[in-house]
Amino acid sequence: MILSRSVRYLLRYLALAYIVVLVVVPVGLILWRTLEPGFGEFIASITTPAAVSALQLSLLVVAIVVPLNVLFGVPTALVLARNKFRGKSALQAVIDLPFAVSPVVVGVALILLWGSAGALGFVENDLGFKIIFGLPGIVLASIFVTVPFVIREVEPVLHELGTDQEEAAATLGSQWWQTFWKITLPSIRWGLTYGIVLTVARTLGEYGAVIMVSSNLPGTSQTLTLLVSDRYSRGAEYGAYAVSTLLMTVAVFVLIIQVILDARRARAAK
Amino acid sequence: MTAGLAPTPEAAPPSMLGRRRGTTSLRVGAATVWLSVIVLLPLAAIVWQSAGGGWTAFWNAVSSNAALESYKVTLSVSIGVTAVNLVFGLLVAWVLTRDDFPGKRLVDAVIDLPFALPTIVASLVMLALYGPNSPVGLHIQHTKWGIGVALLFVTLPFVVRSVQPVLLELDREVEEAAASLGANNVTIFTKVVLPALLPSLLSGAGLAFSRAIGEFGSVVLIGGAVPGETEVSSQWIRTLIENDDRTGAAAISIVLLVSSFLVLFVLRAVGSRAAKREELAQ
Repeated sequence: MILSRSVRYLLRYLALAYIVVLVVVPVGLILWRTLEPGFGEFIASITTPAAVSALQLSLLVVAIVVPLNVLFGVPTALVLARNKFRGKSALQAVIDLPFAVSPVVVGVALILLWGSAGALGFVENDLGFKIIFGLPGIVLASIFVTVPFVIREVEPVLHELGTDQEEAAATLGSQWWQTFWKITLPSIRWGLTYGIVLTVARTLGEYGAVIMVSSNLPGTSQTLTLLVSDRYSRGAEYGAYAVSTLLMTVAVFVLIIQVILDARRARAAK
Repeated sequence: MTAGLAPTPEAAPPSMLGRRRGTTSLRVGAATVWLSVIVLLPLAAIVWQSAGGGWTAFWNAVSSNAALESYKVTLSVSIGVTAVNLVFGLLVAWVLTRDDFPGKRLVDAVIDLPFALPTIVASLVMLALYGPNSPVGLHIQHTKWGIGVALLFVTLPFVVRSVQPVLLELDREVEEAAASLGANNVTIFTKVVLPALLPSLLSGAGLAFSRAIGEFGSVVLIGGAVPGETEVSSQWIRTLIENDDRTGAAAISIVLLVSSFLVLFVLRAVGSRAAKREELAQ
């Protein structure tokens, strides 16, 4: 299709206008409103005791969620890429399930399973291990929504890699953990890195599922995203903007890493 | 390692193969247990809870007035948002693949921003422009338009990202042939380009729709949960849980889950059929 110059310009500016009005202007506005009173004000707003404890809680959740996702995600990706077994397509479907589930439904599901009146309520009632309205609930909700990332980023890399090198290493007498450590892991490191980056970003940013299972108390069970909505509904708009800017910085980092890794992949493909 | 050193897989000692089979079932088992505890058991608890109240309780919950109102809001806004996404998603994808201008790579990266941004931040971002302190005087907080704009923001990447690679791969010789045979741009677009893009357009739209009907974080501040006006189904579920109506919340959750799965399933089927037809035609 060869478009005339005027049509091409019309389409171009229409598309750009859509993106600018929908994304660029609103995001820019938040940044401007955050930084307008000065950088000191911004720092002060994200270092209040409530904000610091929210940041610590969010990072603690990340520190639990990421290792678990790697520990279970990499072997799952390995088995999906390397082996044929019964129920494989069912397993594949289950891995994609979290993408199709509303965050609120995730929260409801966890409450109905682990809550004191839930299907596995005995864990809280008899064993005294509080899950819902405690840290374990936030962790479980975060894992639910991030479970596909590591698996889905590592699996295609493993497919492309093939098994030649691993088999060669095995016939040369290498143990499976040596093969994994020296051959498999170095080959999947970028896919794994990106999967971890996505997991971190989503864990820091999850709101719907977390608010359902958290008691949302400032200083004890309030993550960064909960702090944003709490500050906004209490009328502390500036505080909400400041924490949003902090979270946005994380998002921009993710995008930069994505661009770098895409360029890497394109180079490798050539 | 040189290629000469690498022996053929058949040369592998049988003991190794046996051991590997053992680790395979171990890994499959570990993956199954992990995904069951994290994903399947909680979802099963929803089914268990709503089945516990019996069919009448389930039906009363999913057909109560408030529930019906929330479906109406959710569906009408989501359908509108999906339609806008189809048009503008295709337009953006087209401009990003067929046009060239300075800063194109930056625009391309910005498309992913709504995915990377936390939903609650998206909500705040939309409120900054369209809320009470709007610098352009547009105040659409607590209206359907507000929800629509927030959903357009979070669903922007779906259609763009599913159409873009297909458009990039599209054989331009067919378009040139059509043009040389006298077809004008409208004919080429409707007869050549659109049919080729249809599967990817539909799958992008399906993803966007399924995201829109379940969305919570980005609509919570701008929507305000006015019953019958801006209260979407996910907010209604939250209200039910807060009122300790667990069976009701489970029932509405099932409605959301089933509709989201249905949309994805149907679109996948339609998409693969269209792809097959496309293959046969070539």
